[in-house]
Amino acid sequence: MKLITVFPLLLAAVLTLSACSDGGSTPTADKTPASEAPKTLTIGLAQYPSTMHPNIETMVAKSYVRGFLARSMTYFDADWNLVCGLCVQLPTLENGLAVLEETPDGKQGVAVTYTLPEGVTWGDGTPLTTADVAFAWEVGSDTKTGSNNLEMYTRGYQLDVVDARTFTLHINKLTFDYNHLGDLYPLPKHLEAEIFAEDSYEYRHRTNYNANTTEPGLWWGPYLIADTQQGTSVTLKKNPHWYGKAPYFDQVVIRAIQNTSAMEANLRSGTIDMIAGELGIHLDQALAFQKRHGDEYNIIYKSGLHYEHIDLNMENPILQDKRVRKALMHSIDRQLISDLLFQGRQPVAHGSVNPLDTIYSDNITKYEHDTAKAIAFFEAAGWTEMKEGIRYNAAGDALRLEIMSTAGDKTREKVEQVLQSQLKVVGVDLRIRNEAPRVFFGQTTRERKFSAMAMFAWISAPENVPRSTLHSSEIPMPENNYAGQNYSTINIPELDAAIEALEHELDTSKRLPIWERIQQIYSDEVPVMPLYFRANSYVMPKWLKGLRPTGHLDQSSNHAEYWHREEAGTQG
Amino acid sequence: MTRFLLMRGLQSLVVLAVMSFVIYGLIGLMPGDPIDLMISSDPKMTAADAARLRTLYGLDIPLYERYWNWLLSALSGDLGYSRLFGQPVLDVLFPALRNSLMLLGTAFFMAVVIAIPLGTLAAAKPRSATDYSVNLLAFAGISIPSFWLALMLIMFFSVTLGWLPAGGIAPDGSSFLENLRFIVLPAITLTIVSIGSYSRYVRSSMLEVLRQDYIRTAKAKGASGRRIVWLHGLRNAMIPVVTILALDFGFLFSGALVTETIYSWPGMGKLIFDSVMGNDFNLALVALLFATAVTLLGNLLADLCYAWLDPRIVVGGDET
Repeated sequence: MKLITVFPLLLAAVLTLSACSDGGSTPTADKTPASEAPKTLTIGLAQYPSTMHPNIETMVAKSYVRGFLARSMTYFDADWNLVCGLCVQLPTLENGLAVLEETPDGKQGVAVTYTLPEGVTWGDGTPLTTADVAFAWEVGSDTKTGSNNLEMYTRGYQLDVVDARTFTLHINKLTFDYNHLGDLYPLPKHLEAEIFAEDSYEYRHRTNYNANTTEPGLWWGPYLIADTQQGTSVTLKKNPHWYGKAPYFDQVVIRAIQNTSAMEANLRSGTIDMIAGELGIHLDQALAFQKRHGDEYNIIYKSGLHYEHIDLNMENPILQDKRVRKALMHSIDRQLISDLLFQGRQPVAHGSVNPLDTIYSDNITKYEHDTAKAIAFFEAAGWTEMKEGIRYNAAGDALRLEIMSTAGDKTREKVEQVLQSQLKVVGVDLRIRNEAPRVFFGQTTRERKFSAMAMFAWISAPENVPRSTLHSSEIPMPENNYAGQNYSTINIPELDAAIEALEHELDTSKRLPIWERIQQIYSDEVPVMPLYFRANSYVMPKWLKGLRPTGHLDQSSNHAEYWHREEAGTQG
Repeated sequence: MTRFLLMRGLQSLVVLAVMSFVIYGLIGLMPGDPIDLMISSDPKMTAADAARLRTLYGLDIPLYERYWNWLLSALSGDLGYSRLFGQPVLDVLFPALRNSLMLLGTAFFMAVVIAIPLGTLAAAKPRSATDYSVNLLAFAGISIPSFWLALMLIMFFSVTLGWLPAGGIAPDGSSFLENLRFIVLPAITLTIVSIGSYSRYVRSSMLEVLRQDYIRTAKAKGASGRRIVWLHGLRNAMIPVVTILALDFGFLFSGALVTETIYSWPGMGKLIFDSVMGNDFNLALVALLFATAVTLLGNLLADLCYAWLDPRIVVGGDET
């Protein structure tokens, strides 16, 4: 009988815990029709942002949430134009806000002047001034704080405060993107200075952005953080001090749902209103969803700067021969892959530059699917003999290659299988060996432990100089502790020179031919096999208007104040 | 008894020390580090930046040295900060622990309350329709993958009927009923999965007990079937079941990764998984050590329960 008495006690304990729990901030997830709660937008995101500090650590989920809360000095808009996020006019050499100057060590530099918009304040009403910008610069320049993009702080060797709204940044290197300050977010000096002054090393732990995220004075965007439920949701409310266009939604709730099937179920149940394209469901899942429920939602597929490709290990003796690389390109039918697996939503890539980018050149070598050409290239390279469907060279070596990618990624696994079957037709024995993403990115690509092919994607901003991926100085080696991202070990002096020239050419019209040459070298030398540009899938209610997917690193939430509800037949 | 408790305490400390080293080592030996993860999402990151961040996070020193530094800090009461969440480890751990305890405690309680009578009923009438029905339900519960069951429950109760939320946790200051609405589906999922194995254990243990001489004696003395089963039988049948329950006691504090992920329930399972995958040494280590400590405690409680259930068992004695 004593045993029986334990159960009510246990139940009481559990229920008490449940009742006493402060729960969290996730909104009531009733299946309430959206029409009854017009001022709340609930968004599903596949990841929860960890640290909220705008200048420490890069993470897609954080960038997405940050778009609602703050804007960098400059950013790329949905039309891929560089615009002001926190300045009244984009400084250029033409308008005189950028002036060429000599650096103290005699090099060519540039002084760029930014002016903050009038009336901009922190969420607690404190004016946001250049003192906050200077403070952010001080924090970022301190190597102990762990800020991202240290190069930006190194290049800008001096920041002069002109007045409360104007400051000048002196840059020690003149590059065409001299006026882009995409990684600089002001920090509230009145809240953070004391913490930083106490111990700059501990700052990243003690900052209010981690310890007190709902403090309104931390943000100055259209929304403020009202509440957070760690690992689950972030609730945003309107910023009463926002100086720009007033947002339509009173409240935005961002819910982290890691499992994509559960994400879909949440959408169907009305628990969330939309799935963010930046970090939501996979394309194949979105396509299947569209077939079932497409008429009830507005589904947008935005192809952009997610460049899916195969890095070739140029140290592999087989792949050192350019003819083999060209043969491989002719062997695979990328259009078929795009049509078959992605219903044509992910356009074939002919290089690393997206045709949507203004620097794209069409005057490059394109490799159509042509097995006859592929075989001709293979035979010219000495792979002439066929035994049991596999090509051999005179030395008796089999044309056998290994492709590696991230295990568990269904799309990539399907693509690998198609590539395997297409290459088999021309006598290439392609073996698939996938690894957990952590191993693949943490060791295999970084230490170049893939013997032949590594399939993955890069995401970038418009007109992104490919120094880190194509310049020979960025080849990961034991000597540089495997730093750098030139995993294919591309070492082409002409390409290096073009990249260096590109960075310093200010005239857009003169930059275009350099860009074209880079794209031509890339397509002629085939150090990398371009596959396609990935598309983000935005699943939205039909009443949501004003959301413009960008297709690049600066996300759609940077225009959150333009999102609104508009029923069919009404004007919003 | 005191000597027994002291010895078990000492053993537990040794186990925890060894576990801390093993866990730290295993996480550290996994390929890749947080900076690699940052690089993969930011092609702009320069080699110099990566090297600087590795130094800042202490990733450029040997693993044993990092472990030693952590141990010294932990012994001085400083468990450090979570790298992923940028907050003190305990500030991250406690909310997740509370959520897990709430969910798994409810599921554990429901599973025990349902499974014990079911298993006992099945054993009391072996090879009867009741027995076959209980067995069928038990095997179904054991066989159904929790993620599938969770999705089916969401589809039915959230999407089709719209009665319950598809996931998440109740908002701040919600009423008891509101909290209950959020916990129902994940708790049912875990309960169904657990009932199967618990009821099978109870049934087999009960069958064994009902064959014992003292049960026959009780029957000869004219005790009613109900009294024999529920009073004489159940108490003795609980001894092996307590072992299983004790082992699952640790599970209450270590979370249920799959169910928590599907229902976006911010519990320990998800937290431990994220911290291990994100190379958050401090958080992963403390969370896993806590789960280890609770499992050890559960086993200690089980030993004490044996003596309570069967007075012939002497805790810490040479004979049982």
